Amino acid sequence: MKQHNTAGPLELDSLAISTAPHTPSRRPWSVGAALGAIGYGYVVVVIGFLYLPILVMALMSANASPLYELPFHFTVHWYQALADDGVLKAAAFRSIEIALWTTLLSTILGVMASLAFFRYDFAGKRFLQAMLFPPMAIPWLITGTAMLIFFFAIGIGRGLHAILLGHVALALPYVIIVVGARLRTFSPELELAARSLGASGWQITWRVTLPAIAPGVVAGALFGFAVSFDQFVVSYFLSDPGETTLPVEIYSAIRKGFTPEINAISTIIIVVSMGTMLIVSRLYRFGGEQ
Amino acid sequence: MKFALSSPQGRPLVRAMTLAGPAYMWLLLAVFLPLSVMLFYSFMSDVPTSGGNWSLTFQNYLTFLDEPLYRKLMVRSLGLSAQVTLICTVLGFPCAYMLAKVIRGRSREALFLLIILPFWSNGLVRIFSWNMVLRSGGVVDWVLNHLWPWPVDTDLMFSYPAIVIGLVHSYLPYAVLTAYLSLQAIDDSLIEAARSMGAGRLTILRRLILPLAMPGMLAGAVLTFVPVVGAFMEPRLLGGRKGTFIGTVIEDQFVAVFNWPLGAALSFTLLALVLAILFIGMRLSRRKDK
Repeated sequence: MKQHNTAGPLELDSLAISTAPHTPSRRPWSVGAALGAIGYGYVVVVIGFLYLPILVMALMSANASPLYELPFHFTVHWYQALADDGVLKAAAFRSIEIALWTTLLSTILGVMASLAFFRYDFAGKRFLQAMLFPPMAIPWLITGTAMLIFFFAIGIGRGLHAILLGHVALALPYVIIVVGARLRTFSPELELAARSLGASGWQITWRVTLPAIAPGVVAGALFGFAVSFDQFVVSYFLSDPGETTLPVEIYSAIRKGFTPEINAISTIIIVVSMGTMLIVSRLYRFGGEQ
Repeated sequence: MKFALSSPQGRPLVRAMTLAGPAYMWLLLAVFLPLSVMLFYSFMSDVPTSGGNWSLTFQNYLTFLDEPLYRKLMVRSLGLSAQVTLICTVLGFPCAYMLAKVIRGRSREALFLLIILPFWSNGLVRIFSWNMVLRSGGVVDWVLNHLWPWPVDTDLMFSYPAIVIGLVHSYLPYAVLTAYLSLQAIDDSLIEAARSMGAGRLTILRRLILPLAMPGMLAGAVLTFVPVVGAFMEPRLLGGRKGTFIGTVIEDQFVAVFNWPLGAALSFTLLALVLAILFIGMRLSRRKDK
């Protein structure tokens, strides 16, 4: 199915010809082309399915009818209403503030942990590494309710402190994965070379290692931001009713019977998160061309 | 090839832990201690903060075993999760195959990014956006009524299919990503070799590609299954009154009924099931690896 591939090893192509000289003529190739076209169409359908509700929501956020009635009449009314909505605005600023703190803390802790595993070998390393990932492997419902119980038991209670504690823990494994992946492309000999030239531990870290893995660190930081900014479940259990994050505020607005303003803020959120991840993808390729 | 950067002073474990220690302390405070305290709570007869007397008891777990409703909901949640996982895997594989093995160059990168992007946008907002597509008078309804000669009333909102559609929409990018990563790791020359030996498309797919992609697809399936078992926001928003699952019951124990010990016991039962499934999944994928 990859008849257009010109990158394949030459020897293999010639081998294929020499061992199978009687390959049936053109017909199967056109079957391949047809399958390829169907497959291409399928990918487009999948993308359509993924974006359909998001596009509809964006459209409705600019539709005059509060009951989402078609035909479409353009308005910016709901975005204006959003600008006057103190509750949603306050929640949005709180979300951004928490996401920024989460980014800072999870990046510092995550880079330190990644460096530790990069530099040192010791017994039980695999076990210790595995212990970093429960926040990803356990359903957030369980992590969130456990945090609620514990923070109440030790007197932190609910609120922004509790949310920040939780978000950093959730973001850490993502930062460590991304920074760790970048470190795998960095050769430890460089650190040794710097050391042999008389650099101190701090100098090595700041002037050799960190500059080399900077794209990974930035990508990890953006992951941390995205994890925190999008987080709903854990924030939901840990937030004080009067003072919560944007997703929790949106959830309660939906459950109360929502207004088109929610479409407007949701559209903004989607654009912001997708924009963030677009930047990440520039810095850190998710398995694109190697 | 790891080595201790400053081996003269201190053992590698000690040095590693001075770097990774803060991350572990954070996870201890925000994840491991909370889980331990929740385990303890699940054996309590009452919440100590309410001032009443409490004692250790198995009653909360016995309630789960005695009450057919909880068992039924647990089975229902596992069923939903299995269904969503299966649909995501089946829909995601052809898409991942096209991206990994057929589509090349810049269009591959662009399409891949388009599929992955929604995964990093807000999950709550994406679930909410289906409302405008599925509701009576929504997009599906509107399109059907304009294509079909007689009026039809399609209201898919607040139904079981709506929950499945929303969850598949949420986790499909994950299934594509994991299948893509394992498909991309398959050497193209293997496929060429099989073809030159006269293997047909189906044989190559069945005997070569599927077995080699299986570990990655299993990992993707596990990563979809685990969070869906504990889903509560999606069933609430898309299922309405039909959206009662074990996740929503646990949520109720913490935010509405305030029976934290029972909620803790239900959470731990769920966690035990999830860990068992994770374990089996890991085992299966490791065996397939060899």
